Amino acid sequence: MPSLSDGGSVLCFETKERSSSFRGAEGFGEREREIEGFCGIVLKFVIVSMLTIDPSKKNSFQRCIEDGDLVIVYERHDNMKAVKVKKGSELQNRFGVFKHSDWIGKPLGSKVLSNKGGFVYILAPTPELWTCVLSHRTQILYIADISFVISYLEIIPGCLVLESGTGSGSLTTSLARAVAPSGHVHTFDFHEQRAGLARDDFERNGLGSLVTVAVRDIQGEGFPDEFQGTVDSVFLDLPQPWLAIPSAGRMLKQDGVLCSFSPCIEQVQRSCEVLRSDFTDIRTFEVLLRTYEIQEGWIQSATEGNESYRITTHTRRKRQCISSEGNGENTEKASVTSTVMVRPSQEARGHTGYLTFARLICH
Amino acid sequence: MASLSLSFPLYSALDLSERRRQPPAARGLRSGSCPIFAVNREVLIPLEKPIGYTGADPYKISSTSDPLMAGELFGGHQSPSVNPRVTWEGCSVLLDINDGDRLVFARLSPAANLKIGDKKCSLRPLIGCPFGSQFRVEMGPNGPYLERCIHRPTLAANDMAVREKGNEQVESESKDNRALVDNNTAQSLSCEDIDAMRRDGATGNEIVEALIANSSTFGMKTVFSQEKYKRKKQKKYAPKVLLRRPFTRSICEAYFKKYPTRIGFLRIDALSLLLSLANISAYSDVLLVDMVGGLLTGAVAERLGGTGYICNTYFGGTSYPLDIARIFNFSSEFDSRIVQAPFSFLCSAENHDEEDRKLHESDQSSGIQSITKKDSLTKCDTSTGSTLVQEEQPLQNDNSSLDEELGNTKETLSSGHEGLHENNASINYKSVNPRKQASSDAIKMWREKGFNSLIVAAPELEVDDIVKKLLPLLSYSAPFAIYHQYLQPLATCMHTLQTSKMAIGLQISEPWLREYQVLPSRSHPQMQMSGFGGYILSGTRICNNSEACNGNQ
Ligand SMILES: C[S@@+](CC[C@H](N)C(=O)[O-])C[C@H]1O[C@@H](n2cnc3c(N)ncnc32)[C@H](O)[C@@H]1O
Repeated sequence: MPSLSDGGSVLCFETKERSSSFRGAEGFGEREREIEGFCGIVLKFVIVSMLTIDPSKKNSFQRCIEDGDLVIVYERHDNMKAVKVKKGSELQNRFGVFKHSDWIGKPLGSKVLSNKGGFVYILAPTPELWTCVLSHRTQILYIADISFVISYLEIIPGCLVLESGTGSGSLTTSLARAVAPSGHVHTFDFHEQRAGLARDDFERNGLGSLVTVAVRDIQGEGFPDEFQGTVDSVFLDLPQPWLAIPSAGRMLKQDGVLCSFSPCIEQVQRSCEVLRSDFTDIRTFEVLLRTYEIQEGWIQSATEGNESYRITTHTRRKRQCISSEGNGENTEKASVTSTVMVRPSQEARGHTGYLTFARLICH
Repeated sequence: MASLSLSFPLYSALDLSERRRQPPAARGLRSGSCPIFAVNREVLIPLEKPIGYTGADPYKISSTSDPLMAGELFGGHQSPSVNPRVTWEGCSVLLDINDGDRLVFARLSPAANLKIGDKKCSLRPLIGCPFGSQFRVEMGPNGPYLERCIHRPTLAANDMAVREKGNEQVESESKDNRALVDNNTAQSLSCEDIDAMRRDGATGNEIVEALIANSSTFGMKTVFSQEKYKRKKQKKYAPKVLLRRPFTRSICEAYFKKYPTRIGFLRIDALSLLLSLANISAYSDVLLVDMVGGLLTGAVAERLGGTGYICNTYFGGTSYPLDIARIFNFSSEFDSRIVQAPFSFLCSAENHDEEDRKLHESDQSSGIQSITKKDSLTKCDTSTGSTLVQEEQPLQNDNSSLDEELGNTKETLSSGHEGLHENNASINYKSVNPRKQASSDAIKMWREKGFNSLIVAAPELEVDDIVKKLLPLLSYSAPFAIYHQYLQPLATCMHTLQTSKMAIGLQISEPWLREYQVLPSRSHPQMQMSGFGGYILSGTRICNNSEACNGNQ
């Protein structure tokens, strides 16, 4: 039995690391009972939470890193990692060895040093950061699609939402944030292991009270009848969504919104054909993000004897060197001005999938 | 419970039917208000075009309906605080006329009227109907009225058959339009004939059927052209009104389509990104700079669901208009959670009371808020101030008086705002007042704890400077998102934040949204798309204070 010591940090979950590998359905049953038994305590003592379910625990200047917290270790925007803070543990990366005990008591958002003087930042988890660090057990949805889906499905606190499949839980995490504190997300995947791992993730992230994961073949069996006519929004990310659409329609309240995400236009085509019988306002979108990078540079004006127009860019570090040594140079060449320049990033995502939305016809 | 006894007629609102025709440059820039943009000579805003409603699915119309039954059928009135799906008296709605041709925000009351074409219809039949219901203008003995159309699955099946016929036809196209000559002789019904039918009490649909029967070319058209013809005639002779929920999605799209300048060209996908990137979630205390008319405030409040707080801050003496936030159907507990404070109050602790007094005075002189109202609002702030640290505590006892006051407030507040609403006096009941001053308790708390999120949508301000000022108000590790119509100010801002080491995870992104037509064998991107949805700079505030984070410098 877990104890209440250690500041009462997420007692139930802490004892079971996800790394303890997958257990069969039996194991989960056991685990659920355990969690159920501690439900009241869990709600009261969750400090490792991505969301502020308990308003007194919300982030503030005073909120410091505590033993048991789930944090995001930030190296660069494209290099982050989720870490559970544990006294006595260490994090090792190319910058050296970081002792967790050095982190405890510092504010979230602090820069922490390794034994070699390297540094990382320790951040509070958010659904956006989670999408960057989660383990990809499937293809996942990213921020552009996720944010659009939440708005277009009209998900607000208190909503009841159905999702299938759960996959890696990237979208589910944002759905949970949107329905909190009083709504609920029921998410279904027919892959038992994935469902289990996703459930573990939600619990570790403090979303256990907002999300229920179930193993079910949604294309074959549809959603459970108990939800009939009670659901505000349904999200489908399935290979043959048209098989699940009739069931989704039965679950929705009138005027409730459905969204189906499909990478291929042929899937969209078939889905739309089925949607037309019970849905209206059927709209298909593609959402992408283009990112930009900035550079500070010196643009030389094309003066006499200087036929070509030159742009010199520097990384920030270089620029600092130059400004400390190169004052003379700058005064010498008065025609050189420093500008912040911006251009689209080299790499961009070209396609993720089509988002098809539809509203249940109001009879 | 929202069935209210309102004694005065309400019809509000904001009719978005006429899109301002302006050259794009003029729409983007209000002259003189944004000096920073002067550096952007080479930066052009791509031409903005409205996203059309797809119309991919024509609405079905049946001739039987009984609007009076609707209330019973769907459980009658519901409490507006639990995400209501049925309208009530005093409820704010978006009326979508003929598939988005005209969009009108209105407040339902028995006395409210809507003019469609040359016919004035009462909005009374809309009260107690589920959102998503559709109405058609019909002629009755007492003049035109709105009749609810009940969708029937059988009709949907019929429609399906049309689709399938169309599908087959595309696969083995037997008809084409080569023989159609446009010489205005195809229609043998004259205007007089149609008027005569009307006088005889023909329904709109009967007229449409007659027009089809009397068109010599209709039979020669392809199935798709026939559908298009029918839809065009229905719009004219049997206009329909769709009852939509005023949600962030519909409000943002309506404004983006009809008045994009009022929301700084903030497209729904960009707005959605702001909300996600700033981690807007229940119980958050959110700092906003909303210069997009209150759309941002409403969208954030919707996500907070009556928990947490929104503090709108502003620079200089006058706060920004937030009228769009009043279109949302927020219950009264939301209202106490939306406040504003001038930036100077948020950052300086000491002479707050002094400044407060000055503000009172200046408000009085500029006529923005009357002193009596101000006092009463301060009172209500104090009461919410005490709930700040506790669970939410509905202010039920003084609700009624509060609403009344807000009604008055509204009249005074929006009178100066460029005629955004046709009839200011009519918008009041149950709409939030987003322009109450934050209590000093709340400000003190925010100064101690910091805000959990920051969103800036100030398309006309120099963001670099204000972001530098606002970031210190955010608690450590809190995310923020800045919206701008132009790229360069964000690039400069990003550079400033990088060099000052105030934030990490900095990223500038530009959302891109394309809608598709999906029809059997006829799927393709829509011909028109919005070429411009603005830019977003996002990041996370870090603790760069050597004392708090000892040893990191
Ligand atoms: C691409 S993933 C979903 C990713 C998810 N949206 C995310 O953001 O992480 C698709 C999931 O659907 C599940 N799936 C496929 N067919 C299914 C079915 N018939 N019933 C339930 N789940 C199914 C797969 O196991 C897979 O995990």
